[in-house]
Amino acid sequence: MSGVAVADPVEVELDRSEGRRPWRLLLATAWSQHRTKIGVGITLLIVGIALIGPFVAPYEPDQGVEGQFPFSPPSSETWFGTDDLGRDVFSRFLAGGVSVLILAGASTAIGIVLGVAVGLAAAYSRGKLDDVLMRTMDVLLSLPQIVFALVLAATVGPELWLLVLAVGLTTMPRAARVTRGAAVEVVEKDFVRAAEAIGLPRRRILMGEVLPNIASPLIVETTLRMTFNVAVVAGLSFLGFGLQPPAADWGLMINENRNGLTIQPWPVILPVVAIALLTIGTSLIGDGISRAAIGIERGRGRE
Amino acid sequence: MSSAAPALEVSDLRVEVDYGDREDIVDGITFRVDAGEVLGLVGESGSGKTTIGLAVLGHTRRGAHIARGEVRVEGRDIIPLPALERQRLRGKLVSYVPQDPASALSPAMRIGKQLDEALSEHGFGSSDADRRARITEVLGEVLLPSDEAFLKRYPHQLSGGQQQRVALAMAFANRPRVIVLDEPTTGLDVTTQAHVLETVRELCELHGVAAVYVSHDLAVVATLATRVAVLYGGRLAEIGPTATLFRLAAHPYTRRLVEAIPELSGEHALVGIPGTAPRPGHRPSGCFFRLRCPYAIEKCGLEAPQLETVGDEHEVRCFRYADVLRDAAATRPAAVPTPEIDAVDALVTVVGVDASYGDRQVLHHVELVVRPRECLALVGESGSGKTTLARCIAGLHSSYTGTISYRGRALEPGARARDAKARQEIQYVFQSPYNSLNPRKTIGQIVGQPLRHFFDVGGSEARARVKGALERVQLSTTCLNRYPHQLSGGERQRAAIARALIAEPQLLVCDEVTSALDVSVQAAIIDVLAELQRELDIGLLFVTHNLALIRTLSQEVAVMSEGRIVERGLVDGVLDAPQADYTKKLLSDTPSLEAALAASSA
Amino acid sequence: MHGLTGFVVRRLLLGVLTLFVTSVIIFGATQALPGDAARSILGRSATPESLAELRRQLGLDQPVLTQYWEWISGVLTGDLGTSLANSLPVSDVIGEPIVYSLFLMVLAAVISVPLGIALGAVSARRRDSAFDQTTSVATLGLAALPEFVVGITLVVLFATTVFQWLPAVAVTEPGVGPWNYPKELILPVITLVIAVVPYTARIMRASTVEILESDFVEMARLKGLPERRVLWRHAVPNALAPTFQVTALNLAYLAGGIVVVEAVFNYQGVGLLLVDSVRARDMPVVQAVALLIAALYVILNLLADLATILVSPRLRTSLS
Repeated sequence: MSGVAVADPVEVELDRSEGRRPWRLLLATAWSQHRTKIGVGITLLIVGIALIGPFVAPYEPDQGVEGQFPFSPPSSETWFGTDDLGRDVFSRFLAGGVSVLILAGASTAIGIVLGVAVGLAAAYSRGKLDDVLMRTMDVLLSLPQIVFALVLAATVGPELWLLVLAVGLTTMPRAARVTRGAAVEVVEKDFVRAAEAIGLPRRRILMGEVLPNIASPLIVETTLRMTFNVAVVAGLSFLGFGLQPPAADWGLMINENRNGLTIQPWPVILPVVAIALLTIGTSLIGDGISRAAIGIERGRGRE
Repeated sequence: MSSAAPALEVSDLRVEVDYGDREDIVDGITFRVDAGEVLGLVGESGSGKTTIGLAVLGHTRRGAHIARGEVRVEGRDIIPLPALERQRLRGKLVSYVPQDPASALSPAMRIGKQLDEALSEHGFGSSDADRRARITEVLGEVLLPSDEAFLKRYPHQLSGGQQQRVALAMAFANRPRVIVLDEPTTGLDVTTQAHVLETVRELCELHGVAAVYVSHDLAVVATLATRVAVLYGGRLAEIGPTATLFRLAAHPYTRRLVEAIPELSGEHALVGIPGTAPRPGHRPSGCFFRLRCPYAIEKCGLEAPQLETVGDEHEVRCFRYADVLRDAAATRPAAVPTPEIDAVDALVTVVGVDASYGDRQVLHHVELVVRPRECLALVGESGSGKTTLARCIAGLHSSYTGTISYRGRALEPGARARDAKARQEIQYVFQSPYNSLNPRKTIGQIVGQPLRHFFDVGGSEARARVKGALERVQLSTTCLNRYPHQLSGGERQRAAIARALIAEPQLLVCDEVTSALDVSVQAAIIDVLAELQRELDIGLLFVTHNLALIRTLSQEVAVMSEGRIVERGLVDGVLDAPQADYTKKLLSDTPSLEAALAASSA
Repeated sequence: MHGLTGFVVRRLLLGVLTLFVTSVIIFGATQALPGDAARSILGRSATPESLAELRRQLGLDQPVLTQYWEWISGVLTGDLGTSLANSLPVSDVIGEPIVYSLFLMVLAAVISVPLGIALGAVSARRRDSAFDQTTSVATLGLAALPEFVVGITLVVLFATTVFQWLPAVAVTEPGVGPWNYPKELILPVITLVIAVVPYTARIMRASTVEILESDFVEMARLKGLPERRVLWRHAVPNALAPTFQVTALNLAYLAGGIVVVEAVFNYQGVGLLLVDSVRARDMPVVQAVALLIAALYVILNLLADLATILVSPRLRTSLS
């Protein structure tokens, strides 16, 4: 059950003069809510730090600072002190976000693309293929994402491509479920029948008629998956199966510096706060879009 | 009527929305209903009739509230009552019969329990036996069994008609003084509908109940109601005795509404009302109807008319009612006879077709011929198989055995398997215009899709042809860049027809294309179809459940029941002198405005 | 077979099949990927002879199918193999950690299941109130947070930096039951509860709102039934099915969350064992724990599906 839990929809007045293109309307309605604005702001902040950080870090992330012991408190040279190996916390923090973003982003992208393909195929075939595909998805769903990734890591070791593959593969069934759920309703509609009646090929129908009409729930599901995958990827890094030392990575930083929490909490606090903000940000965006989508549908339904 | 206090009296009722500018859904609603009387509350979409029905129980849907007015049941105003008091009255003094009993009966509770609950929660009887006796009595009144086995059933184990009758029984169980029925016969087949109406009338008379019958179907209302209130745009347009109202309408809307209703006799032409009914918040200034009204003058835009008395218990809200009454005597335009077709080779031949949905067989050895340039009406109730047959012909349903031939050559069962010419020349228009247009595409893209697919035409040539198709169905070319939700139901249906036309078909299959539309809009669609058939010389397979519609359009008719064709022939022949028992029953059970008016004047 | 029994049997078989296929995947992932266990254990400097010898010992020289069969038949008879790290039977190795994890999960479940359901139902009932709006924002924020973020934050707040009331790691002795360490359990339990409750509360709220707005609830009110009765006799019976789904989801979520939470607090459960075994490439233990967790998931979903059917008269009667 990876369905999006819905908060109340936005009140949308859709009158006859509403002629904006559907995605424009969706984005505008989503943006009109405070939560979306806050979410976008937070997410952009963290993404900005992660992407630009490596270029503005004062020190090299994997080298010790002159004259500073490990776990030194903040000073004029090191704003947030040093970590377990005497490296500047701030620099490592600035450099440590890129990996989380890229790994989570790549695995989400793979999972969504595969999941949408499977979900569409299942929804449209409405028969044996549907059953087979969704049962296969059920099998993949019987293991938590982290456990699946760990099982794979047991053989090959902590390879990054494996991590992306594992998380991507386990994102696929969740995306497939949501896609199928939304597509099944659209596939029953008469305009799809009409396209079949004139003999349009299946692919054209799926791409041109069905997909645009499930875009909203798909966008929401993508943000939801991204939120989860950041958690999974950071968790795997925390457990030591992501980037390996001496690389700078938020998850890894949290683990490396746990022992020093009583004297120097900053190398743990900074990445924790950053990951927390990132997930909250994407979650707010997803919720805003979700409320907007349902509000628009309700507004249309009042016709 | 009597001068005693009416059972129900509604005065100046106004229901508003909670948000925004607090626009009204309905305003100024005033009427009274005496014991034993049935008041018909008639209106099309956006008229607010359901809102009024609920307000009689002091209830509003989420997002609305009662802003002003009184609802007096036996003299007592229920609106200012505290919630607890109102709750005690509902189900006991004032009852409600919902439109869709399938969703209104609790799915997880046995119906015996639900009936018992209606009684026990209102303090009826002093023992289980008392209540059981009343349940038996009440179920008997609606002709339902009352044995233990039946009472143990869950709602989903009953048929639609049975569910509706249980809802009726529940409403009458406590012998209320007032009962509100919200289109309780929607979705029921004609025979069951006739029966339910009969039951309602009897029960009201028997127990002296004042009934408010909400409906969009004038024919039904005419057979049942003693007085009728016509609603438009949330206002009372006219209210008066049934016969007077329909024969001598004083409001232009009522008049046009009556003229828009198809009749079995087919004497008069169907005349629709251009435009669409306004929704709350989008109503024009002054009189709401003025944009569609042939009698509109400048004053109508500046001032809203008040209710004025025209005759005995007859009130109207219009400045020009005198003119309307005067014109009432004028004869209505006669129907244009459908052109005769001379027998030619068949366009479509259906031979020995058995079709099924999964395990269920829905068509039994159906045989049919559609001739070129002819309109064949396929008539039947829901479940008769008419839609399935139409879909088989169009290639939308492929599990059938038997042969369907087009121009002499057998067709493959599914559209995909057919050759391009067959797919292009047989086009299908769906019932619901709200479902058959892709909400993410513009009208231009939707209508132009067959062009690209069949003729490989694009660019400016395509645009020109799309404009041509839109003009044919009398849609403004500004629709090109609009999305379906920006169009009304009638306009959307015309766009769907344009999409079918642009493929240059030889046979147009229309599946209940007016059923999802308001009555006043339906005539326009029929007009479009009739004109198209004449101008383009195409064959038309017109599927409908409304017998009265077919005379305006078709030459031949095939009547279907339970997957079989029970009668076939020329329209005049079948309607005037039906042979099959089923056809006879169908004709006699279908409520008809003319019949009701004729009966009341006899 | 027809009817209700038939459905139950079919659903059971489906569960078994799913688990079976999952076991194939688990086995395949650990055995069939490049780089085998022998090399990982002996390291790069291993001689070909010692590699071959170890492979023979581990049974890696046999065809994959045979290896799988050996393993799965062992599992079904209770023999989970031998741990590569310490040569003890796997069943011994995982015995105590299972108890530790189950205890943690049960504690967390006992708090989170009723809390999630109650929060969701009350929010729905008092829709748009201050309570509802605050809860909605809080659950949205908390639901997004990864479990280890919650865990570490709690550690920072209550164990190391802000306050120092509770232990940051659970130092336990082998052979002693987890119930002897109440202070060590507090933070892990709270972490799990915070990780699970917001998500399930939101789903519960959505389902309850849907029911409260349904036609039949409106009709019950129009029948003049007292609100109490409308809620308990009409709304709640129809809310049972989603409640079961939500509970199963809740518990399954917990099963997934323990891996990271146990790692944060060094709590000696199967989650931590899994992580350690993966690091040590101890295949038999990895396979056993993964299979265990998968079995738990499958059983939970099965129970939820069955409970849903039993509780919906519509589904029940359409089957018989």
